[in-house]
Amino acid sequence: MARVLVGVKRVIDYAVKIRVKPDKSGVVTDGVKHAMNPFDEIAIEEAVRMKEKKLASEIIAVSCGPAQAQETIRTALAMGADRGIHVEVAGPEYDTLQPIHVSKILAKLAQDEKIDIVIVGKQAIDDDANQTAQMTAAVLDWPAGTFCSKVEHGSGELTITREVDGGLEVIKVKTPAVLSADLRLNEPRYATLPNIMKAKKKPIKKVSPKDLGVDTAPRIEIVSVEDPPVRQAGSILPDVDALVAKLKEGGHI
Amino acid sequence: MFVNCSRTIRHKTQLSSLLQRYQSTLVIAEHNNEALSTITQNALTAARQIGGDITVLVAGTKCGPVAEAVSKANGVAKVLVAENDAFKGFVPEAITPLILATQKQFNFSHILAGATAFGKALLPRVAAKLDVSPVSDIIGIKSPDTFVRTIYAGNAIQTVKAKDGVKVVSIRGTSFEATPLEGGSAKLEPAPAGDYKSNLVEFVSQELTKSDRPALASAKTVISGGRGLKSGENFQLLYTLADKMNAAVGASRAAVDAGFVPNDLQVGQTGKIVAPDLYVAVGISGAIQHLAGMKDSKTIVAINKDPEAPIFQVADYGLVADLFKAVPELTEKV
Repeated sequence: MARVLVGVKRVIDYAVKIRVKPDKSGVVTDGVKHAMNPFDEIAIEEAVRMKEKKLASEIIAVSCGPAQAQETIRTALAMGADRGIHVEVAGPEYDTLQPIHVSKILAKLAQDEKIDIVIVGKQAIDDDANQTAQMTAAVLDWPAGTFCSKVEHGSGELTITREVDGGLEVIKVKTPAVLSADLRLNEPRYATLPNIMKAKKKPIKKVSPKDLGVDTAPRIEIVSVEDPPVRQAGSILPDVDALVAKLKEGGHI
Repeated sequence: MFVNCSRTIRHKTQLSSLLQRYQSTLVIAEHNNEALSTITQNALTAARQIGGDITVLVAGTKCGPVAEAVSKANGVAKVLVAENDAFKGFVPEAITPLILATQKQFNFSHILAGATAFGKALLPRVAAKLDVSPVSDIIGIKSPDTFVRTIYAGNAIQTVKAKDGVKVVSIRGTSFEATPLEGGSAKLEPAPAGDYKSNLVEFVSQELTKSDRPALASAKTVISGGRGLKSGENFQLLYTLADKMNAAVGASRAAVDAGFVPNDLQVGQTGKIVAPDLYVAVGISGAIQHLAGMKDSKTIVAINKDPEAPIFQVADYGLVADLFKAVPELTEKV
């Protein structure tokens, strides 16, 4: 049975309309609702289903971030992960934490914990980078099954359906492997109140990147964060004829 | 002192133009063993903005026609060709060592590809092997080390300065014009040889959605449907209109999740980013995640019966109407 490591990130809730800081250094995060990155919920769900099918023996949820990242780990534990690892990164160090750092942290933990399958979401909805799975696989020299919409377990290998530009693609990867979850992989469950209570008793180990031997020196400097250009307000047309006239005017038809 | 100061500035300018001259970019071509993907032409434009020599790497099981085609693009100095069964399915586990060997030999300052499923899967693996932090899905280039990209589903624009020696960058196709495949005559050379076959991964099969309509990401007109279409059959209304307007058809996540259309039609933060001349949103409310994929369209038209739908806040022309009446009428009149 596989040992599974799942990376979860605490991000601003997907439904929040974000605000850029007036000094253009980033977006306002204080006092803003946060939640687990939606793709990571899918990653955890996939791991829990593996455990329910007796394909996984233990699920470890790991999150890199400030103290509040523990809430995200608790959510993962309430969904069915067995224990958590909180890699504490806070303040300016967290502001410039990049997938390159996270992937080295995940890779080290995967080795230390003798992991067979690492699952992360395909991208975090804050930085929209879509890099961590690919980079973790590279650091470990494992294959990557990116943008998974279906994972079938064989002996020593996984058959993966991937969402690619023109449709779907099927690959076989040898385990150990790193997977990234796409939207269509599954429908994540809600944590029930009894499970939330139980999750409070599950252990969370706290470590630092330094403990893991990972250098988090920034590789990328954020020069500025600004609002996107605002579109000019349009007009509501009375009927289809008016629309056809506008399309003709614009040279679209 | 003033003299000294201006001399320093002049010296710096010279230095930066000297650096500029020594940029050299490797563009990873995306293709299907038959034809070059348009995204590579967009990437070439980005490479030209960076300045310096441009080399294109064509890897696949069959590279001849693609290498020939891309060698004719203006500004391409060299095309490296790696034809090998190892690259079946374009698996990153096989192409990464090829890129590393190429990088070792030529020492590029930049490695570029389009931010497609291919580029997104490949470039971060390459970057990690080079121990550099990649930059995803850029929409602009301020200087050879400073790039512009969007974060938070396109709701903020981030400018970043990459400090690593090699810049590994994926580019958003809709933000860069396509470099035409003419006016150039690059040399074709074999890429560094090696045993690139990966035993970690095996490509099994592909199931591509077949369509005679233009490709979603590069179409001049896109007509998208959402939950308001109510069923897969009703999408026929959009297909008929699309055929008449020579448009591609897209969809919101709601329409994909409901099974109306396949996943690869999804427009949005986690689907495709499009920026056509005309985007017609039919029965789409306009969630943040959908707007992320289409709000750079030149003209946006929304057809929705709910006057409060957020899509109307970005639409140039809105029609508050029942789509089941308005779309057939529009089809008839265009």
